[in-house]
Amino acid sequence: MSETMRNTALFAGVAALIVGTGLFQSWNAALLILNMGLISAIMALGVNLQWGFAGLFNVGVMGFVALGGLATVLVAMPPTTEAWAAGGGRVLGGLLCGAAVIGTAILAHRFMAPSRLRGLVMLVILVGGFFAYRAVFDPGVEAVEAVNPAGTGYLGGLGLPVLLAWPVGGVLAAGAAWIIGKAALGLRSDYLAIATLGIAEIILAVLKNEDWLSRGVKNVNGIPRPVPYEIDLQNDPGFVEKVQGLGLDPVTASSLYIKLGYAALFTVVLVLILVAAQLALKSPWGRMMRAIRDNEVAAQAMGKDVTRRHLQIFILGSAVCGIAGAMMTTLDGQLIPTSYQPLRFTFLIWVMVIVGGSGNNFGAVLGGFLIWFLWVQVEPMGHWLMQTITAPMADGSALKEHLLDSAAHMRLLTMGLILLLVLRFSPRGLIPEK
Amino acid sequence: MDLLNAFVALSNFVLVPAIAYGSQLALGALGVTLIYGILRFSNFAHGDTMAFGTMVTILFTWLFQSWGLSLGPLPTALLALPFGILGCVALVLLTDRAVYRFYREQRAKPVILVIVSIGVMFIMNGLVRFIIGPGDQRFADGERFIISARDFKEMTGLREGLAIKTTQGLTVVTAVIVVALLFWFLNRTRTGKSMRAYSDNEDLALLSGINPDRVVMVTWLIVAALATVAGVLYGLDKSFKPFTYFQLLLPVFASAIVGGLGNPLGAIAGGFIIAFSEVMITYAWKKVLGYTLPESLEPEGLVQLLSTDYKFAVSFVILLIVLLFRPTGLFRGKAV
Repeated sequence: MSETMRNTALFAGVAALIVGTGLFQSWNAALLILNMGLISAIMALGVNLQWGFAGLFNVGVMGFVALGGLATVLVAMPPTTEAWAAGGGRVLGGLLCGAAVIGTAILAHRFMAPSRLRGLVMLVILVGGFFAYRAVFDPGVEAVEAVNPAGTGYLGGLGLPVLLAWPVGGVLAAGAAWIIGKAALGLRSDYLAIATLGIAEIILAVLKNEDWLSRGVKNVNGIPRPVPYEIDLQNDPGFVEKVQGLGLDPVTASSLYIKLGYAALFTVVLVLILVAAQLALKSPWGRMMRAIRDNEVAAQAMGKDVTRRHLQIFILGSAVCGIAGAMMTTLDGQLIPTSYQPLRFTFLIWVMVIVGGSGNNFGAVLGGFLIWFLWVQVEPMGHWLMQTITAPMADGSALKEHLLDSAAHMRLLTMGLILLLVLRFSPRGLIPEK
Repeated sequence: MDLLNAFVALSNFVLVPAIAYGSQLALGALGVTLIYGILRFSNFAHGDTMAFGTMVTILFTWLFQSWGLSLGPLPTALLALPFGILGCVALVLLTDRAVYRFYREQRAKPVILVIVSIGVMFIMNGLVRFIIGPGDQRFADGERFIISARDFKEMTGLREGLAIKTTQGLTVVTAVIVVALLFWFLNRTRTGKSMRAYSDNEDLALLSGINPDRVVMVTWLIVAALATVAGVLYGLDKSFKPFTYFQLLLPVFASAIVGGLGNPLGAIAGGFIIAFSEVMITYAWKKVLGYTLPESLEPEGLVQLLSTDYKFAVSFVILLIVLLFRPTGLFRGKAV
């Protein structure tokens, strides 16, 4: 049972790191790391599903995470009734028109014999359709965005409970994954990588520019929460009394209470997904996936539909990332499209999976917690390091200031170094696949 | 006269910028395609290699400027370019020695090398931000325009002006020289031929006594030089910002794939295809159409197909179309 012991020790080590943060920095910081660690672990599980189970190289995680964030806005924000009255129908009509154009073009492609005529017909449908779509769509968008642009200027959401947004985020991400998978799966792995990199950038461009959808770079603030607000707790005499009985300051206690509430919710989701992933891994389906990953040709010869199975797991993994994205936006309480950076939301998740151990769900979870902890803590460590290095230098020297200012960029260097070291000396990760 | 004005407006806003941008993309895509052909993986660190070379060049430019050195009407960065290339060469050779060589000797799968290159990307990105910071840097100096819009109007008496920036002229001239040198090298010299042989068939090349280490080293030398030149030209034309260079990865890869990965000629064609489509689809055609169409048909709106923020979408859609209908690219690239 040495393996179980080892893994338990690894998890205990990461837990000790987080508890240590609580003891030496603050419990608030520790809970922040824990909450984002839980979300990162879910994202890592999603990527592990694609890479570890099936060997699919998805570098568009950021896009699926952002779609999850969009779902929170669409589900939980109250609808802007004036905007709906002004141009909501037109916007929807425009979108339907666009979908119809693409559908017709696909039909034409499928049912006409390959010929020059087919190309011409498709071109006419697409070009004509594009202008028709813009003609319906643009006035609607203008009308919607003109309604109180400083306050709303968008259609708003459905006003439903925010927890509902989590599965919806998964569904949105799954939809995007279906489109991209249909087009790029079955091609070579590098092509899938570039295609996913591209789709992530496009999703971000849509979020930044379509103000009618989610206010673009004006951000959506004040997304409803699944937990109470700190201020309400502080005004609740029962809560204050209970907390003071424990010898805590009500302001700190309310913030800790809320974070613990989030942590509980996230843990439930993480456990559900982890159990599902574990069951899937051990099922015949999981064995088939690994067989396909290890030898596509042999699996095909056994009658497995490789492309379909790839599409399936690509959609599942992306949906998990979408759920995590929706959870993250719920935690933040706001959607800020400019905060989505590929290094942070795509490549860092990859570091988590590789360091934790690709192909092993527990490895992915461990990697999620560990790398997130490092990502947060490397910055203060870098500052400390730089201060120690620059201590003998004269105050006000340009080099000293530059070094101190640049300490924040240490985390990218560190992540790259960790990834390379793990790949070189322990390519199977901390908890290797069995 | 109207058609002439339309053509001048078209050149000013579409043709000249697209040719300059296309040359920059082509140089970047050549680097990607060479690594793919010879080292056999997609190098995700290429954008950051470009950024590193450019950064070294900028630092030397500042040094020369502080010494009072300049090239007159040409940007000082040209003088610093060789040093930038040297810096970049040192970095990629070091990376190859410390990182990539191990996996090459193990004959690791290409996708493992791609993940390794992601680690390298992190480190290079961090290094660049650490040294020069994440902000915008402008380092172009010297004469700003070859022809400014006003001079052009005075010279020709047309209503539309045609401005050609020095950096745009420089980009095209440099790109032509670099590409000519590269093709001469690949097609005429012994080392170049051995590189092509190694790319076409590794086993046969080894059998005929080609030294693989030498081929790999020369490839990195060329790639570092191409990346630095592309990066410096892009930075002179627009501005230098580490994150923008990271984002260039997408159009650069799109160019290389559209042309056919591993095929240098394809990379150049791909670069121009991507650049022209990006500029043309995000350009507001109102002015040009206003000159060419009769007055009654003159458009009311801007006639902009997509807003400029969607330029990534353009390279992506072209990429998808090519992948779906011609998976090896327009010029028949290779498949690992």
